[in-house]
Amino acid sequence: MKDNTSNQQRDAKSDTTSTLRFVDEFRDPTKARALIKEIENLLEQIPQATDRPLQIMEFCGGHTHTIFRYGIEQMLPGRIELVHGPGCPVCVLPMGRVDDCVALAERPDVIFTTFGDAMRVPGSKKSLLQAKADGADIRMVYSPLDALDLARKNPERQVIFFALGFETTMPSTALTVQQAEREGIDNFSLFCNHITTVPTIKAILDSPDMQLDGFLAPGHVSMVVGEAPFRFVAETYDKPIVITGFEPLDILQSLWMLIKQLAEGRCDVENQYSRVVPSGGNPAGLSAIHQVFELREFFEWRGLGSIDHSGVKMRDAYARFDAERKFSVPNLKIADPKSCQCGEVLKGVIRPWECKVFGGACTPETPLGALMVSSEGACAAYYNFGNLPELLAKRQHKQNKGAAA
Amino acid sequence: MCLGIPGQIVEIIDADDLMAKVDIAGVQRPVNIGCIVDAAHPPAQCIGDWVLVHVGFAMSRIDEDEAHKTLALLTELGEAQEELAAIKASKG
Repeated sequence: MKDNTSNQQRDAKSDTTSTLRFVDEFRDPTKARALIKEIENLLEQIPQATDRPLQIMEFCGGHTHTIFRYGIEQMLPGRIELVHGPGCPVCVLPMGRVDDCVALAERPDVIFTTFGDAMRVPGSKKSLLQAKADGADIRMVYSPLDALDLARKNPERQVIFFALGFETTMPSTALTVQQAEREGIDNFSLFCNHITTVPTIKAILDSPDMQLDGFLAPGHVSMVVGEAPFRFVAETYDKPIVITGFEPLDILQSLWMLIKQLAEGRCDVENQYSRVVPSGGNPAGLSAIHQVFELREFFEWRGLGSIDHSGVKMRDAYARFDAERKFSVPNLKIADPKSCQCGEVLKGVIRPWECKVFGGACTPETPLGALMVSSEGACAAYYNFGNLPELLAKRQHKQNKGAAA
Repeated sequence: MCLGIPGQIVEIIDADDLMAKVDIAGVQRPVNIGCIVDAAHPPAQCIGDWVLVHVGFAMSRIDEDEAHKTLALLTELGEAQEELAAIKASKG
């Protein structure tokens, strides 16, 4: 497969990727061409709607990244349009929550730990990266276990881990808290910002301007929760949904499976990623999640607003590991910058390049909106992998047309 | 954020804390295996297993049979197309 990563990035990776099991095998260009041909054949069996293409949403930011890195959109027949969903936890984190992180991190007794992706997300005054430059003790960690280790080694300090992510990441933070409990490490706590997939997909399906024809379901969320939670998409909303892996052939095969369902008039939950996703998910991971977390009544998403039951908080039994209860956080609602159109992009109403500030005031180096920060954000993907002058010219053309009309 | 990377379990570091050493593309690091062990597959049997690692936790055992089945299906698809193309060409 063509890989759109820069030469430098590729050189750094070349000696590692070949030893990864079932990675290269799922990048075979011959098989990719065969799948595209099959998709074209199937499309002939689906009556052409005159006014619009078939719209398929990949929910997960990891899928968005693969789609752009391998130029999958350009390979697909024009009748298929991919809509890039909100499944990037960094991208949907509201500004007020970043401010809470900064407030926690600036306490002199605190070591604030976070995954690297969250460092550059803008808050209303500063990002974590700026707070670190201003002297806050903020450390990037690969795993919540690394944060727990910092707590072990610094008993006189309070170590807070910024728990972020969907169901994929919840078992790791839940198990880390349980480990802290077993060892009696009381200077460790979570600032819990985990969010849930299913209520969010439901909110998208309930949105009045929804025109989607099917979904690629997030593979690694499914590895934890299993197939059953996605059944409502097929059964209640009559949309086909395919659990999808993260290599380019995974995406193409899932699109083929989805279009096959449409051609045959079926709506099922199918699992393309069976090498990693057992149909029942991960019982140990689910059990840890349910022991430590419970649903919040609602959670605020950047761009999408408040969605019922779309986040979790820590149960009372784990209150002493909950940074929100242990320390006071400002918990203010901060509106996104007016110039940003992140919400419309997240809902698929406009394409990233149609946003007024895309590529100008908002770039990966100086992001205004979170969609430009993470490599999984739709805006950063268009910026890094798209043809920038062409996209900006397209926007200009659209604006001129709008002004003329 | 939700990405995972395949690795192979090479050693059990601590069977009580469920920590194992996992080789990820030549780099070895401690990984928690709490989510992939049970009575039927205790830690001692995990050596050599390929697992999907996410933020320091093995979250799934990679099912080689399923991987080969998926790849075989894709190969067949390509072969069927070649055959069809050959049939069409011979009709010429």
